Amino acid sequence: MNTITALRSRYTSTLSLETVAAWLLAIIWIFPLLYAFWAAFHPSEFMVNFSLFAPLTLENFTNAWSQAPFGRYYLNTFALVTGVVIGQFIVCTLAAFAFARFPIPGKNVLFMLVLIQLFVFPEVLIVENYRIASELGLINTITGIGLPYVASALGIFLLRQTFKTIPRELEDAARIEGCNWLEILWKVYVPLAKPTYLAYGLVSISHHWNNFIWPLVVTNSVESRPLTVGLGVFSAPETGVNWATVSAATLLSIAPLLIAFLLFQRQFVQSFLRAGIR
Amino acid sequence: MSFTNHRKMQLYGALLLLPAALLLTTFAYLPTVTTVINSLFLPGFRGAPTEFVGLENYQVLFDDPTFWKVSRNNLIYAVGTIPTSIALALGMALFVNGKLRGRGFVRMAYFTPTILPMIAAANIWMFFYAPQIGLFNKLLGMLGFSGVNWLGDPSVALSSVIVMSVWKEAGFFMIFYLAALQSMPPELKEAADLEGTSRWSFFWRVTFPLLMPTTLFVLINALINSVRVVDHLFILTKGGPNNATNLLLYYVYENAFSFFDRTTAATITVVILVVLAVVATLKFTILDRRTHYQ
Repeated sequence: MNTITALRSRYTSTLSLETVAAWLLAIIWIFPLLYAFWAAFHPSEFMVNFSLFAPLTLENFTNAWSQAPFGRYYLNTFALVTGVVIGQFIVCTLAAFAFARFPIPGKNVLFMLVLIQLFVFPEVLIVENYRIASELGLINTITGIGLPYVASALGIFLLRQTFKTIPRELEDAARIEGCNWLEILWKVYVPLAKPTYLAYGLVSISHHWNNFIWPLVVTNSVESRPLTVGLGVFSAPETGVNWATVSAATLLSIAPLLIAFLLFQRQFVQSFLRAGIR
Repeated sequence: MSFTNHRKMQLYGALLLLPAALLLTTFAYLPTVTTVINSLFLPGFRGAPTEFVGLENYQVLFDDPTFWKVSRNNLIYAVGTIPTSIALALGMALFVNGKLRGRGFVRMAYFTPTILPMIAAANIWMFFYAPQIGLFNKLLGMLGFSGVNWLGDPSVALSSVIVMSVWKEAGFFMIFYLAALQSMPPELKEAADLEGTSRWSFFWRVTFPLLMPTTLFVLINALINSVRVVDHLFILTKGGPNNATNLLLYYVYENAFSFFDRTTAATITVVILVVLAVVATLKFTILDRRTHYQ
């Protein structure tokens, strides 16, 4: 009896030690973001002189907003993200459908070729992609930022996997009702793949919202810059903007995605998982 | 299925593939081929390749000490970020897989950096690393130590960049470990408890080996990221001081868009492509056999 109590107490004590460690790590991990919040909502002189009673202010946000065209950046990012996701959905759906259901000579080789893009990302080929984008007249356009990502190997792969699990009987039933291939795709396959679209869509949105190096290279003016590039230009040390303003600008750029994440945490996490298992 | 019908299906399938094929050719296959070609030529008028020089550009690149420095940095960066972030990710997953007070919050705290753009994360970490007023030096000052020039001192700058990357990536990898842990049959734990196996030996003898496929998967992702993701360098160090934090892809960017040396950029890109090809082969041969694929 004694040993059992001893064992149990040892068990609970290690558990609580674990809890402490887990919480400590969690606080360290969330701290940078909390610090950015603190800095953004307080006058800049309190950035380094931490005081609980520092007055709250929204001045940093109005400063940031007036010093860079964040409204325009939002618009560009929204246009970019919706454009890319719609384009990916269409192009990847068609390709995935072909890979899942059609007899194409050399299909396996073609599919392997597609999967290469999982490793050779557009940003790795940045120099040649820049040349191609400029030959196509896409420099400094939102299309230019998004187009290289539209034929996404990840999207094709995920949708193909999902389409393959859909029973042929459903397809046959639709054909008996007189549907052609595109109607079958639209009425049978697409609706049944909704969870995959949601998961892939979320991963894609967060990826393109956050993407930096390719948009940086392709854009050179306010008209097409997305938030990340705008933020990068804004907070470059040469610009001499003060840090409280920079943290306000940082929060402005991440706010929509961060709020979406806090609201739909579970979906986000699951979609990363779903897209990751490939 | 009749023969003509079969031919029709083939044609239809090819048409469905067409948009993706066009785009992939334009932005993946063609640029890969032209990059390789450019690396074999010397540029002429307006940067167009003219004179075939074979592997001479590689010779020049391999004689360039900066290239070796950058490659070494990238290796250190990979060795510095990957094992640490994987170990932390595993720890995090074990934490939030068990019973834990405030588990939802803890899980969110770990994962949040994943959602942030690298550029925003770098902005925030700039506050910590700044020499005079940065938080880290303030803390050191309070403890009576003199400050460190975290990003300006060549001997610590790369480590500072690595620390930030680990913070950014660990939570992402945690998700995969968490999923793997949750799909583990609970009977294993019950059996181990009956036999009085300690938690420590259960972890090393059961959990850890079962997590091997996940570890490999995460490792591949981390390897790719270590050559692909350089966004933070644009804010934190711009590759400096004196190339102490320069990484391969950033060096490509510099060569192409700051020094306007497309040939060198193409040659380094081919080196990166070779590295990625090795990683890809690793994935398709090792990982495939471990059933991660369906």
